[in-house]
Amino acid sequence: MQEEGETAQFEAIALPLVGAAYNLARWLVRDDHDAEDVVQEAYMRAFRFFAGYRGGDSRSWLLTIVRNTCYTWLQQNRSRELSEPIDDRLDEVGISTKNPETILLQTMDAQLVRQALEELPIEFREVLIMRELEDLSYRQISTIADLPIGTVMSRLARGRKRLREVLASRMSKRRLAS
Amino acid sequence: MDLVRSLDIEGHLHDCQTCAQAYNELRSLHFAVSGTALRFEPTTALRNRLRSAVRDESEVPNQALRIPWRWMIPAVSFAVLVIVAWSVFALIGRPSTSDLMAQEIVSSHVRSLMEKHLTDVPSSDQHTVKPWFDGRLDFSPPVRDLASAGFTVVGGRLDYIGNRTVAALVYQHRQHYINVFVWPSTGASDASGSALVRQGYNLIHWTNSGMNYWAISDLNLAELQQFVQLFTR
Repeated sequence: MQEEGETAQFEAIALPLVGAAYNLARWLVRDDHDAEDVVQEAYMRAFRFFAGYRGGDSRSWLLTIVRNTCYTWLQQNRSRELSEPIDDRLDEVGISTKNPETILLQTMDAQLVRQALEELPIEFREVLIMRELEDLSYRQISTIADLPIGTVMSRLARGRKRLREVLASRMSKRRLAS
Repeated sequence: MDLVRSLDIEGHLHDCQTCAQAYNELRSLHFAVSGTALRFEPTTALRNRLRSAVRDESEVPNQALRIPWRWMIPAVSFAVLVIVAWSVFALIGRPSTSDLMAQEIVSSHVRSLMEKHLTDVPSSDQHTVKPWFDGRLDFSPPVRDLASAGFTVVGGRLDYIGNRTVAALVYQHRQHYINVFVWPSTGASDASGSALVRQGYNLIHWTNSGMNYWAISDLNLAELQQFVQLFTR
């Protein structure tokens, strides 16, 4: 049973986080409408579990629920996207230093980066979004995604590398086309 | 990362060309990703939707949790009532042992009238029929000669009723056959005839001297009762 005060308290904590919740959900399910439904479902879950929330990092708490709801939704609606788990044992953190294309990232337009990011496997995409767009710490990401910090770091590095490679090939294609 | 470590790294970046370049790439990527408008912003509609959904949800649990307890007693009472009523109807609706038996008697009688099923020992002589059952049954059914009253013995037959082998005596009255099924009763006291009608057949059931009797025929009830009277005399 939710008290009137508890509802107000939940609203005060959760509603200002809609931006972060929606951004994460939108990047994970990759559709405006579906993301809205998932966020609503996540908020309903969060509200029901609110009694179990004992203060602390409200953003991590809420985003954990959002992320879980996204995964449940993907499992039910687009299980294909989750069917190939990545191998975290591969530790290809090495960074290519010889690629001259990387310098162009600064001038890259948002549309291109967005597209490349959307095409990354969800495991890389989610840590990149949380780190780069939500500015969450490694520890927060590790809590939300339920991963060891080491895995978060290696996925971030691999995600960046992949993104860079994708963008570089896009840029050179584009240049060839023009 | 503490300050000393940060300074170490900064120093290293200054000296080491490779790491410096890698670091700059990371910086540039970070800039490329977060600097461009990559965030998706929720619509006002979504914000409003969430607010009202939370409000709705805060009403629902109240009722969802309270109502079951408030309605638990009537609900349980109703469930018990339904179960009891159902059991009673099931008991009433269930055919009684006597009904089941009558149904078996009718089936046997109908089957006996089919081609060459009437008798195992065709004889109009009671002294042929009675001994025939010896060795085939663990009891000896009474076979009466009622020919003087128009009920002639046609023969005898083994049948199977109520999960046991029984004796079937066959009599004929004009064109009507009468089957009399006989088997020992288990502890039932003598009872005079009770008549039933099933599928157009008249049945009379009685108990006498530790034996169960069922007489069945398409004969009218009065004549069948007369037969039973003569048989039991």
